[in-house]
Amino acid sequence: MSRAAAQDTTAAGTETFGEPVIDVQGLVTHYGTRKILDGVDMTMRAGEIRVIMGGSGSGKSTFLWHLLGLYRPTAGRIRLLGKDINTITPQQFQELRKEIGVSFQGGALFTSMTVGENVAMPLREHTDLDENTIRIMSRLKLEVVNLGGFQDLMPSQLSGGMIKRAALARAVVMDPKLLFFDEPSAGLDPVVAAELDELILRLRDAMRMSMVVVTHELDSAFKIADKITVLDQGKVLLTGTVDEVRNSGLERVQDLLNRRPRDVQVDAEEYLRRLTEEQYG
Amino acid sequence: MLEKSANAIGGVILKAIEGMGYAGALLVESLYYMVLGRRRGQPVKAASIAYQMMEVGVRAIPIVTVLSFAVGVSLAIQSIYALKNFGAESQVILAIAIGVTREFGPLITGILVAGRSASALAARIGSMVVSQEVDALRVIGVSPVRYLVVPPLVALVIMVPSLTIISDFAAIFGGAIYSLPNLDVGMWAYLMASVDSLQTSDVTQGLWKAMTFGAIIALVGVSSGFSVKGGAEGVGRATTQAVVLAISCIVITNMVFTFFLNR
Repeated sequence: MSRAAAQDTTAAGTETFGEPVIDVQGLVTHYGTRKILDGVDMTMRAGEIRVIMGGSGSGKSTFLWHLLGLYRPTAGRIRLLGKDINTITPQQFQELRKEIGVSFQGGALFTSMTVGENVAMPLREHTDLDENTIRIMSRLKLEVVNLGGFQDLMPSQLSGGMIKRAALARAVVMDPKLLFFDEPSAGLDPVVAAELDELILRLRDAMRMSMVVVTHELDSAFKIADKITVLDQGKVLLTGTVDEVRNSGLERVQDLLNRRPRDVQVDAEEYLRRLTEEQYG
Repeated sequence: MLEKSANAIGGVILKAIEGMGYAGALLVESLYYMVLGRRRGQPVKAASIAYQMMEVGVRAIPIVTVLSFAVGVSLAIQSIYALKNFGAESQVILAIAIGVTREFGPLITGILVAGRSASALAARIGSMVVSQEVDALRVIGVSPVRYLVVPPLVALVIMVPSLTIISDFAAIFGGAIYSLPNLDVGMWAYLMASVDSLQTSDVTQGLWKAMTFGAIIALVGVSSGFSVKGGAEGVGRATTQAVVLAISCIVITNMVFTFFLNR
C-alpha cells in the first residue's frame, strides 16, 4: 500500500468522532544533521484514542515531543485544538496548555512534593481556586485513579503502577480535552498494565477526552486504540483501525506485530561514514 | 600535535563562551519573570524564595560562623607575626578589619555557599531533567526558569551578602580573641577600634562582591543542572562540575573586583 493509500484509511470511518483535535501536516525534524521525522501527517478527531506505535528509533517519542511543543520542527505544521502551536504567542500556548494533559513514561512526579501536591500543582498554577477547593479536586482525581487516601505519601513511597496512576491523575486534574500518554505500560507487570488500560478507557468515556497513547506494547495498543498510527524510520507506515493494522499486508507492520527481527544489512563503509558525520558533521 | 592541542584549547574556549552565554540567557529570563512574571500569569512565589533563603542561607549560618572565626584567628596570628618586626602589633586591628571585610568575609562565604548550594542546585535540577520533571513543568505550563531558577537566584543574591556580614563579625571576633592578650586592650575597646578603622566603602565593597558571588553560584548551579545528559552519572558529573566552576568563578571574579575597586 502506498502512503497515499495509508492516508485514505484515515479518512474512512471518522464519522463516529468529532472535529479534528490534532492536525499534523508534513512534519519534518532533524537531530543535528540526521533526519528523525520525515513528512509525518496525522489527523485525529475528538473523542478518539489514537495509539502511536513503532519500534525503537521509529521516531515515535520525538513525534510526541513535537506534539507537546517541547521541540520545534524543521518544517511542517502542528495544530492542536485548532491552534498552530508553532505560530501562537507564548501566552496563547500557555492558555492552550490548560486544555492538554500529559502523563510521562516514568511518571515525572515532582519528587519534592507529596502525591496530593503533585496532582494539585496544575490547579495552583492555572486557577485562583482556594486551598480547600484545590485539595478536594485533587483528592477527587486521585479517587478516579484508585489512589484515594494516598495524597500524603511521597512519590518515592509509591510502586511503579501507582506512580503512573498518580501521574495520570495530575494529567487530568484540569479536565483537559486532549491527553497524551507516553508508554503507559512500560515497566509494569501485565496485570497492572491491563488495569491501566481499563483506566484509560474509563477515563475517556467518563471525561470525553481525546487521547494520544504512545506505546510499543501490542496487547495494550489493540485493547485501547480506536485507530493506530504505525511509525517507521520517521515516516507514517500505516494509519488504521485495529483490524486494519492486524491484517495489513505491509511487511514492516507484520514484522512489528510478530516481533520478527529486522534484517539489518549494515554496509560497513556506510556505517563508518554515518558515525563520523555524527561526530564531526 | 600542535593542531590537536590548538583544537582542544579552542574547544574549551568555545564551551566556556557557550556556558557564559547560557548563564547570561538564564539571568535575562529570570529578570524578565521577576519584573513581568505576575502580569504574564507566571508569578514568582514568595514562599519558594523564602524556602530557598532558608536552605541556602539560614542553614549555612553555623558553618559560616565557625569557619570565619577560624580564619579570623589565623589572620591574627599571621598579622601579629608580621607586624611584630615593625613593632606595630597594634595595627593588627586595622589589618584584620580591612582584610576581613574587603576580602576574606565575602570570599569564605562565597566558597562555602558554592560548596553547599551550587552542588545542591545542580543535583536537584539535574535529577529533575533526567526524570522528565522539567518537561512535566513545561507541559503543565510552568516556566522552569521562573519555577526553578528565580527563587534560588533571588535567595542567593540576598543571603550571600547577609552571611558575609555574619562572617565579618565572626572573623573579627576570632581575630580579637587571639590578639587581646598580645595587645593589652579589652574586648569592647578592640571591637570599637575595629569599627573606627573601617570606612563604609570597605564593608560595601565586600557586600557587592558577595552579591555577585550569590548570582554566580545560582547561575552556575542551575545551568550545570539543566545541561545534564545521560542519567545518574550525568547528574554526578554536573554536581562536581558546578562546585569546581562556581568556586573558580568566585575566586577569579574576586580578584577582578579587588583590582578595579582599589585603583
